[in-house]
Amino acid sequence: MITTVVKVKLPVNESLEIKKMRLEPEEKSCDKRISIVTGIHGDELEGQYVCYKLSDYLQKNIGFLKGTVDIYPALNPFGIDSITRGIPAFDLDMNRIFPGSSEGDMNEYLASQIIKDVAGSALVLDIHASNIFLTEVPQIRINELHEKTLIPFAEEANVDFIWVHGASTVLESTFAHSLNTMGTPTLVVEMGVGMRITKAYGDQLFKGILHLMHQMGIWSGEDPVVKKPEESFAHKDVCFLNAPASGIFLKNVVHGTCVKKSEQIGVIVDPLSGTVIDEVKSPVDGWLFTIREYPVVNEGSLIGRILYD
Amino acid sequence: MTEKTLFEIKALYRDDFRVTGFSFGKGEKAVCIVGSMRGNENQQMYCCSQLVRKLKELEEKGRIRGGKEILVIPCVNPYSMNIKKRFWSIDNTDINRMFPGYQEGETTQRIAGGVFDAIKDYAYGLQFASFYMPGRFVPHIRIMKTGFEDVELAKKFGFPYVILHTPRPFDTTTLNYNWQIWETKAFSIYTTTTEEIDRTSARWAVESVLGFLQRMGVIEYGGAAGYVSKVASTENMITVRNRTAGFFEGKVNAGEHVRKGQILACIVDCCKGQIADEIYSPVEGTLLFAHAEPKAYQNTAVYKIIPETEEW
Repeated sequence: MITTVVKVKLPVNESLEIKKMRLEPEEKSCDKRISIVTGIHGDELEGQYVCYKLSDYLQKNIGFLKGTVDIYPALNPFGIDSITRGIPAFDLDMNRIFPGSSEGDMNEYLASQIIKDVAGSALVLDIHASNIFLTEVPQIRINELHEKTLIPFAEEANVDFIWVHGASTVLESTFAHSLNTMGTPTLVVEMGVGMRITKAYGDQLFKGILHLMHQMGIWSGEDPVVKKPEESFAHKDVCFLNAPASGIFLKNVVHGTCVKKSEQIGVIVDPLSGTVIDEVKSPVDGWLFTIREYPVVNEGSLIGRILYD
Repeated sequence: MTEKTLFEIKALYRDDFRVTGFSFGKGEKAVCIVGSMRGNENQQMYCCSQLVRKLKELEEKGRIRGGKEILVIPCVNPYSMNIKKRFWSIDNTDINRMFPGYQEGETTQRIAGGVFDAIKDYAYGLQFASFYMPGRFVPHIRIMKTGFEDVELAKKFGFPYVILHTPRPFDTTTLNYNWQIWETKAFSIYTTTTEEIDRTSARWAVESVLGFLQRMGVIEYGGAAGYVSKVASTENMITVRNRTAGFFEGKVNAGEHVRKGQILACIVDCCKGQIADEIYSPVEGTLLFAHAEPKAYQNTAVYKIIPETEEW
């Protein structure tokens, strides 16, 4: 059943509605609810395929559903519609306004109503797609404040990598942090690249969601075998590669490959002079899980991330 | 006056990105004044440009006190100013959400880091700031409650109001917050506008800053005494919101005193032209902020009122 989570009237002949699909059996034998959420950033579309695939599959196999599945494909519908990362007209990152306020402005109000609706889920997956600049292997990012609760879920999600990162005050206003702080376990999934859909990654995560649902008792159908992810906290660290100069970045390796120390990741070139301005080399032996997709770089632009021992 | 490049990055197809500072006097790092950090902050840059002009005149007359240095940075983000984009040209990040910065990090982290290295040791830090909501302000000084704030010092600007603001998570990466953490006495200066240049409030702000420098013994200046500032906090401010969306017809302006029950604005139906909502003041007080766009979304904070009962 499709329902409206929150609706506000806009100035000119239109309303803004955030909708969800609720799937549940006629007679529930499991009280748990899993929520699949995406589209906080309007330029991140990888979650669209996952939402479609999950909704389609579960509706065709509803007999195996024991609990509740809520699917929220577009928390920032205007952003998705206008190819805008933030909230159009406000130049605001929606993932910096949670938990919102029911007494606040339109965006804060929307955020508060979304939180109210999602809170209480047994598990939430907030699916992101990096941004238009970077391609990521399927991964789950966890704030160290919530690692004990979240790692057991993340390890069953069929992702390639779990990254436990340090706490940051700025991140306190994210959707996931707000829910985790309220006691609703929320995993942040990053995969693929902005403005595109990588079906293979979507299929991989879809299997992970089915497996998690099976483990939670929400689903009694097919239980896919999931892969064991790399984990940043297992005596490993993440190394950041930044552009040493401004120019056009040409990559020589693909993400998800192992690289050797001093191996060339790519070059930064100047098409005007026809010269190579600089090389980007790996400073370590490790696994390249992020690579820059968007070729134009400023000095300092993120080129990649490497997991190393 | 000494002009110096504080930070630069080479670009592919554009001129080099340069942050330029104008230094007056020699000696201890007394005061740093920062203007626009976002591409729409014309008023903030204009105020700094006027300060550069006035300080140059004062320096030529020998009125910068010995042993004191003043640094003015009219613009931290010329790239965005020149293409009329609010945030960073490629990735849309906000330099004023990157402090204290990181010189090995991403581009805007490097800019923030490079600039902060150059300005973190000043005794006083003044930033011409802007608000994310479109509207007009009563000129005021804003300070964050970090435990290092100095309200009495803020009063020395002679602005009508000193506003105390409790930082939210995203405020912790602003220049003002980090200046305070690095023990600079930091103040954000809000004039009336952001994109549009308002010469009257700019002149007021420039005179207030020069008055502050005179009171702190940095320059010799014979400006006006200014106001005895009233102190208010953002927590006690009354926010007035519209219940319906539509065209916004404001009846009162920032700075006006309003009575409880006084009509403040009408919301007009965008298609039918009828009055869809009337907005009345819930309290008696002074309008610190007034919405200034043709339309208003539902529940927009169209006015912020400092209530009459607020302590000063």
